Amino acid sequence: MKNELEMGTTPNISRRSQLIDPLPIYTMWLRQMIRFFRMKARVVSSIVTPFLFLAFLGVPMSFMPAGNIPGIPPGMNFLDFLAPGIVGMTLLFSSMFGGASVIWDKEFGFLKEVLVAPVSRFSIILGREAGAMTTSILQALAIIIIAALMGVRIQGLAGFGLSLVFMILTSTTFIGLGLILATKLGEMEGFISIINMIQLPLFFLSGALFPLDAMPVWIRYIMYINPLTYGVDGLRGSLVGGAAFPLTLDFVILLVWSIVLAGLGTRFFSTMEAD
Amino acid sequence: MKATIEAEDLTKKFDDFVAVDHISFAVQDGEIFGFLGPNGAGKSTTIKMLITILNPTSGQARICGYDVLRQRDDVRRHIGIVFQDPSIDRFLTGKENLNFHGMIYHMDKKTRESRISEVLKLLDLQDKENTPVKDCSGGIQRRFEVARGFMTHPRVLFLDEPTIGLDIQARRALWEYIKNLNKDNDITIILTTHYIEEADYLCDRIGIIDHGKVIATDSPQRLKESVGIDLILMEIANGGNGDFIASLKRLEWVKNIEQHRNLLELSVEEGDRRVPELLGLASRHGVSVTSIDSHKPSLEDAFLHYTGKTIRENEEEQKR
Ligand SMILES: Nc1ncnc2c1ncn2[C@@H]1O[C@H](COP(=O)(O)OP(=O)(O)OP(=O)(O)O)[C@@H](O)[C@H]1O
Ligand SMILES: [Mg+2]
Repeated sequence: MKNELEMGTTPNISRRSQLIDPLPIYTMWLRQMIRFFRMKARVVSSIVTPFLFLAFLGVPMSFMPAGNIPGIPPGMNFLDFLAPGIVGMTLLFSSMFGGASVIWDKEFGFLKEVLVAPVSRFSIILGREAGAMTTSILQALAIIIIAALMGVRIQGLAGFGLSLVFMILTSTTFIGLGLILATKLGEMEGFISIINMIQLPLFFLSGALFPLDAMPVWIRYIMYINPLTYGVDGLRGSLVGGAAFPLTLDFVILLVWSIVLAGLGTRFFSTMEAD
Repeated sequence: MKATIEAEDLTKKFDDFVAVDHISFAVQDGEIFGFLGPNGAGKSTTIKMLITILNPTSGQARICGYDVLRQRDDVRRHIGIVFQDPSIDRFLTGKENLNFHGMIYHMDKKTRESRISEVLKLLDLQDKENTPVKDCSGGIQRRFEVARGFMTHPRVLFLDEPTIGLDIQARRALWEYIKNLNKDNDITIILTTHYIEEADYLCDRIGIIDHGKVIATDSPQRLKESVGIDLILMEIANGGNGDFIASLKRLEWVKNIEQHRNLLELSVEEGDRRVPELLGLASRHGVSVTSIDSHKPSLEDAFLHYTGKTIRENEEEQKR
């Protein structure tokens, strides 16, 4: 008995916690991955909703002449136009959910377990964010494959590679937003409805469904503030072409948004009480 | 030598409600220290402040010399914890939970594996390790929770009601394990419990806590002695009457009287010989005695003495 007990004595005393600590980051990432693939219903529903948008909005609209919608380049199919918007939507929903799920950890108590560990909270949240980002991007990729199978013409490998950059930035931005909401609202009650109340306007006012130019001017100003506008535009430009802004502009604005929101979310998480 | 845990005027308010009210205490290196107290006394809140997941409203505390508010990282490197409330990931299996715990605490793979098999054996969980925790019974979930707390060997181990929800065998096995851990590995342990036998058996010292205040701190033996040499518990119908109580107070062999509703607690000398005399006195005052019992004070008596509640009353309150 005594020998057994002496094995592995005080493993956590000798080391100081580093800001970026690979093993805990990996652990938190792995946890998100296992949980994601274990919740089969979530995987399926995360793909079905975007698919329905493509099938029942994109396909019928693509039979109509798209040329008279301002902002869609002449000759462009509506399905091609919509697909990047739906990829953006998938990223919005899954990333915000991923960031906000800290509140479930708090509710079910797991947060306590991580917060007392001798690990910097920055590493904990970094791993969590990486996990949420990976699952979001996997879902987005699934949508791109489905869209391609439905006949959406992806521009090529370089464009696809560029779209990954926009996916990462979009995902980071909304993980940050979800995290801010979860850490600041704190209570489970009404949380889901608040998330919905924020998500849907973000989606409708992003140019995901209709081009910016088709909107009244005052709405356009709202759309200019919305980070998803630049995410969707960047995805559109890189995947199928026909972006409203230069891609560099999309990139820079999105980069700023993602640093601000993810930075704030991370900061709030660091000072959060577990109870 | 400084104490391993030192708390000074530690206070936690939730809005206007004071859950922990200027608590001060110290736990020495190598001690097993227990908090005994009724529901809502503030035991868990105190622990949560010490383990850095709740910020004290005022006051301060140090673990191994590190301030729980300003040196959280240092504190965290020295502690382990079994929480009272669930804190396990229900979608992961028990083994995944244990393994992740080991990874977050930077244990290498070999150590992790040996520790996991040891704690699984300790809590008799070998055949449940690959079931998602949410599909396990409540008792098994609790065992995984406890098992995880014993994965690392920190300097200070916090156990918030470690054996609640465990069956007798598991509880006994854990008691022995805790004792050995404390003795062989020199781990300081601070625990809370509702089980008198547990506190009595395990703790070197006990703090009795009620309404957010520590009312008494001493060894189990000294706490018992503080109640009296012999103790007579007398249950009377309708709380008796003032005359009767007054005449009891006049008896020179009655050292102290406490009344907890219908229960009279008398500390006396030579308790066994006094029972007939008490019964006689009661009938002369027309007081009917439902039960009377004389014994050496137990820790339970000390609990009653200091909190005014028996453990049973306390548990019934909890059920409500
Ligand atoms: N987050 C909170 N917000 C408001 N009140 C709280 C909170 N946490 C605890 N309390 C209150 O503080 C008091 C002390 O709670 P605590 O959990 O510390 O008691 P305890 O001694 O551990 O009780 P038990 O034996 O039931 O575990 C209780 O009255 C409880 O309702
Ligand atoms: Mg408690």
